[in-house]
Amino acid sequence: MRTENQKAWFLVLPVLALVAFNALVPMMTVVNYSVQETFGNNQFFWQGLDWFEQILRSERFQAALGRQFLFTAIILAIEVPLGIIIALSMPRKGFWVPVCLVLMALPMLIPWNVVGAMWNIFALPRIGMLGYFLNEVVGIDYDMTQNPLAAWITVVVMDVWHWTSLVVLLCYAGLVSIPGAYYQAAKIDGASAWSVFRYIQLPKMKTVLTIAILLRFMDSFNIYTEPFVLTGGGPGNSTTLLSIDLVKIALGQFDLGPAAAMSLIYFAITLLVSWVFYVVMTKDDPR
Amino acid sequence: MAEIKLSHLKHSYFPAPQGPQDYALKEIDVTWRDGGAYALLGPSGCGKSTLLNIISGLLTPSEGKILFDGTDVTTEEPAARNIAQVFQFPVIYDTMTVRQNLAFPLKNRGVAEAKVAARVAEIAEMLDVTDMLDKRAAGLSPDNKQKISMGRGLVRDDVNVVMFDEPLTVIDPHLKWKLRSKLKELHQRVKATMIYVTHDQTEALTFADEVVVMQEGVVVQTGTPVDLFERPQHVFVGHFIGSPGMNVLPCEARGDRAIFEGHEVALEGPLAGQGGDTRLGIRPEYISLAASGVPATVTKVADVGRHFVVDAVVGQTHLKAITENTAPDTGASVHLNFRRDQTRIYRDGWIATEPRLEAAE
Repeated sequence: MRTENQKAWFLVLPVLALVAFNALVPMMTVVNYSVQETFGNNQFFWQGLDWFEQILRSERFQAALGRQFLFTAIILAIEVPLGIIIALSMPRKGFWVPVCLVLMALPMLIPWNVVGAMWNIFALPRIGMLGYFLNEVVGIDYDMTQNPLAAWITVVVMDVWHWTSLVVLLCYAGLVSIPGAYYQAAKIDGASAWSVFRYIQLPKMKTVLTIAILLRFMDSFNIYTEPFVLTGGGPGNSTTLLSIDLVKIALGQFDLGPAAAMSLIYFAITLLVSWVFYVVMTKDDPR
Repeated sequence: MAEIKLSHLKHSYFPAPQGPQDYALKEIDVTWRDGGAYALLGPSGCGKSTLLNIISGLLTPSEGKILFDGTDVTTEEPAARNIAQVFQFPVIYDTMTVRQNLAFPLKNRGVAEAKVAARVAEIAEMLDVTDMLDKRAAGLSPDNKQKISMGRGLVRDDVNVVMFDEPLTVIDPHLKWKLRSKLKELHQRVKATMIYVTHDQTEALTFADEVVVMQEGVVVQTGTPVDLFERPQHVFVGHFIGSPGMNVLPCEARGDRAIFEGHEVALEGPLAGQGGDTRLGIRPEYISLAASGVPATVTKVADVGRHFVVDAVVGQTHLKAITENTAPDTGASVHLNFRRDQTRIYRDGWIATEPRLEAAE
């Protein structure tokens, strides 16, 4: 008979306590807000699921959710292939390896609000280097403060600049772990460059790529600081992503009930999509 | 299938080698017959893997030529050389099934579907993997993975040579033996030239018709397993092959006699040349206990199952002898007899005596 050693649970306990205090307990207060109405003075009135229904039906929420999915889809579609391409073209050994790695890591080391501020100044039409260059030298009418398309392009380019490195570094780690014999065997088997990518590099990168895609999905889906500093959600509501809208409702309008309900819906969507991603990407793994 | 000729091959990993110490391969000049089974045997770092990679085309030699059936292939790409190589660690394509793995080298070369299917079935049958053809290769055990790697090498029926680079390193000991005999069987069936690189003498001696022993980038001896055992051309071969290895003893050489620790020992034949550092070489198997001979004191006796390994000291020199059935006690005084036709002189490492033409007494 197999006996299970249950002592391991004691080792998990501290983490469980930590998670409870920094995630579960605060979340329960959010749950509490989401089913009640408050006018301050610590007075609460039971509201049931009204806030949830109101949020889900509101055009404002649906529009923000649509923008959010569009943004995440665009940056994943750019960052994942671009990250793989950059990782594939990075040197595997020699002097340039540390140089490339440090250059790649730099954008990720910059605080998020600084990234937003940097790109704001960079892209402003009259004073920014990029804005001035596009308007005055190239002659394109580019103004992210007026034109929604320009604002979107700027937000997307900023995110690509900030986060492609994460995909690159994770894929690179996967690539360098492939033993040389695989490439030699492929050469001898007469495999084309595409076959080498398709049957050796991609399968060996799969684990890290799964992590990269999950992280990029979650981070981009919850993105707040950078677009808030860059465009403030404008012009109009054109770059108001879910989290920006949420903060407007919670702290701008002080509608704590609807904001709490929206937080929970937001959280559920993030969790659900992450789970679907994970299941789809790991369904072929042995066992 | 082809005859392989390595002509004045040298290789250095340095762009501008300064002297012999910079060469991984010093000067290799060998011819391997079509359809032969060869082993490259030597310790780690002796240059055997370098040599293998040069033959497969993964490395281009600094100097010299490689000829397949007389055609110079020195600058050809691995795919163009039509060779197969099995690596130390099994290389399989994780996302493919066993069948797709085996078919891969043929598909890449545009072989017709029907022929691919026939070859895959044939190879799978040879390797006993028919029942796992539709399984994903990633889930197989290491020995089956290594079989698939071998199968990918053997599936092309026109390969010039199949090379094995220490293919049993990651295989469990009890399966090593099975795979080794499988390999031998495969060689008899496919009749391809095979080169097997290893540092394990058992693997080399069981697999190969002819063994090439390498040390520090030099081929020290090429011969059948029996040649290597019976008449090592270099003390390194004597040491490396055999367990325990050959005794290499200090001595003074005089004609067809050697003076070892003040005792006269008869040699297999007259000594050629003069000077240098001379050593007496004799395998423990050919030293026996006798009523008279070189006096020695037994220091240790080890029962290794089939026989006893006796450590003894003569004067200041330690040596080993092998006895069957009975062994002396530790501390006993014994006399040793050196079998004459197996007692040789090595000068600066290389054999320096010639055997007498008439049979030894």
